Amino acid sequence: MFLPGFTFKKNSIIPGFGLTMGFTMFYLSFLVLIPLSTIFINTAGLSLHELWGILTAPRLIASYKLTFGTSLAAAAVNAVFGFIIAWVLVRYSFPGKRIIDGLVDLPFALPTAVAGITLTTLYAPNGLLGKFLALFGIKAAYAPLGIVIALTFIGLPFVVRMVQPVLASLDKEIEEAAASLGANRWQTFSKVIFPEVVPALLTGFSLAFARALGEYGSVVFISGNMPMRTEITPLLIMSKLEQYDYGGASAVACALLIVSFLLLLVVNVIQWWHQRRYA
Amino acid sequence: MGKKEISIQENLSTERPLVRWLLIGAALLFLLVMLVIPLAAVFIKAFEDGVSLYLAAVTEPAARAAINLTLLTLLIALPCNTIFGLAAAWAITKYEFKGKNILITLLDLPFAISPVIAGVVFVFLFGRPGLGPWLDDMGFKIVYAIPGIVLATIFVTFPFMARELIPLMQAQGTVEEEAALILGASGFKTFWYITLPNIKWGVLYGAILTSARAIGEFGAVSVVSGHVRGLTNTVPLHVEILYNEYHFSAAFAVASLLTLLAVITLLVKSFVEGKRQNDKIQI
Repeated sequence: MFLPGFTFKKNSIIPGFGLTMGFTMFYLSFLVLIPLSTIFINTAGLSLHELWGILTAPRLIASYKLTFGTSLAAAAVNAVFGFIIAWVLVRYSFPGKRIIDGLVDLPFALPTAVAGITLTTLYAPNGLLGKFLALFGIKAAYAPLGIVIALTFIGLPFVVRMVQPVLASLDKEIEEAAASLGANRWQTFSKVIFPEVVPALLTGFSLAFARALGEYGSVVFISGNMPMRTEITPLLIMSKLEQYDYGGASAVACALLIVSFLLLLVVNVIQWWHQRRYA
Repeated sequence: MGKKEISIQENLSTERPLVRWLLIGAALLFLLVMLVIPLAAVFIKAFEDGVSLYLAAVTEPAARAAINLTLLTLLIALPCNTIFGLAAAWAITKYEFKGKNILITLLDLPFAISPVIAGVVFVFLFGRPGLGPWLDDMGFKIVYAIPGIVLATIFVTFPFMARELIPLMQAQGTVEEEAALILGASGFKTFWYITLPNIKWGVLYGAILTSARAIGEFGAVSVVSGHVRGLTNTVPLHVEILYNEYHFSAAFAVASLLTLLAVITLLVKSFVEGKRQNDKIQI
C-alpha cells in the first residue's frame, strides 16, 4: 500500500487499523473539518478591506474588550480559588469533603442556560445576592461584573481538576527535605511546592480562559446584551447570522476561531514543556 | 527538646491550624456562593408558585415536545459518538503511526471552539450560504430542523468518549489483545471478549459525560434550531423561551429537571469514577 522504505504505520498483528482509522478520519472530516472549513471559505470570499472593516467596527471592538477582559478576570479568579480548593481537597480533611469534591464538577454537568437564568435571578438588583451587592452600590447582573460571575462559574472545574492530581502526586519527602534544610512553611510552599504545580495551574487557567472566550449560554442571560456595553463577541456572531450577514458572521467567527486555536496551541506547549521538564 | 522536635515535625507536614482553617473557609465560602446557592435557588424558584404549577409547567405539550426532542437527539448522538470513540481510541492506542499527535489534537478541537461557532458552521454548510438552496430543491431541511440539532449536538459531544478511552487503552497496552490473536481469536472476538471488558467502566463514564453535554447543549443548538416551538425546541431552548417571556417559575421548573439530571450525573459519575480506577488497576 505504501512505498517501500517509507512506512506510515509500524507493523502490528492487531487487525482493524484500516477500519477504525478509516472510520475515524471519515467521521472527523464530515463532522469537523469540512464544517469548520466553511468558515474559512466564507471569510476568504471577503476582500481584505471588507474584512478589516467588519473586524474593526466599534461595536465589535467594544465586544473584544469586554469578552477578553471578563474572560481574563474570570480565569484569574478561578486560578486563585481553584488552587485553594484543590489544595484544601488534597491536603486537609474536613466534614463533607467527598461531597464537595463531587460538587466541583457541577458546572460541567449543569446546562449553561440553567446556570445563566439562575445566576441572573440571584444577581439581579432584586435577587438574593444582587440585593446584598446593591447595598455597596455594586451592579452585578446586566453589567460586566455579572459576565465575570457567569464565566467564573463555567470555568470553575478546570483549574481544580488540573491542579488536584499534581498536588496529590507530589512527594512529601521533598517538603520534609526542604524543611529539614531550614525552610519555613512559606518558603517550602513558594520555592518547592508551587513551582511543581505551575504548569498544571497555567493549563487550567488557559482552559478556563479559552472556555470563557467562547461561552454563550450562561452569559446571554446575565449580560443584558446592551450594544457597546455588555455584548460579547459570540453574541455578535449570532446576531450577524440572524440578520443574514453571512460574510460578517464568518469573519468574526474566523477571528474567534483563530484565537481559540492559538490558545489550544499554548496549552499543548505548556504540556510539552511540563513533560520535558519532568520526564 | 523532645517537644520542639514534634512541633517541627508538624510544621513540616502541614500549615498552622489558623492558616489551614482560613484556607478551608475561603474554599468553602467560594463554593457556597458559586455552586451551592445557585443549585438551591433553581429548586426554590421552581416551586415558588406551588407544586401544581410546577407539574403543569413540566407536563404541558411544549415541554413534553422539548423533552422528546432532547431524548431523540441523545439517542442518535450517543451511539454515534460511542462507536466513533471506540474506533478512534482503537486506532490511536493499538498502533504506532505517523501524525498520531495531530490526530489527538484534532479530537480536542470541539473543546476549544465556541458553541456558537459549532452551530454557525452547520448553517454555513447546510443553510442558505451553503447547500441550503440545493437541499430545498431536494425537499430536505437540515438547519432550522431536527437534523441540524442532532449534527450540532454530535459536534460538541464527540470528543468526550474518545478522550476518556484513549488514556485508558494506552495504559492497558496491546499485550492481552496480542495473546488472544495468537491463540486464534478473530479481531472482533478479541475486541468483544478482551478489550471491551477491560474498558467497560471507561465507556460508561464517557457515555455519562456525552449525555450530560448532549442534553444541556445550548449555544450550538440555539444557532441551528430556528426556535420553532413544539418542533425544534430542545429542553434548554424551551427554558430560554419561558424565561424570556417572563414565565420565571415555569422556566425554573423545567430547569429543575435539567438540574436534577446534572446532580444525578455527578452522583453516577463519582460512583463510576471509583470503578474506573479498578479498570486501570486490573492491568
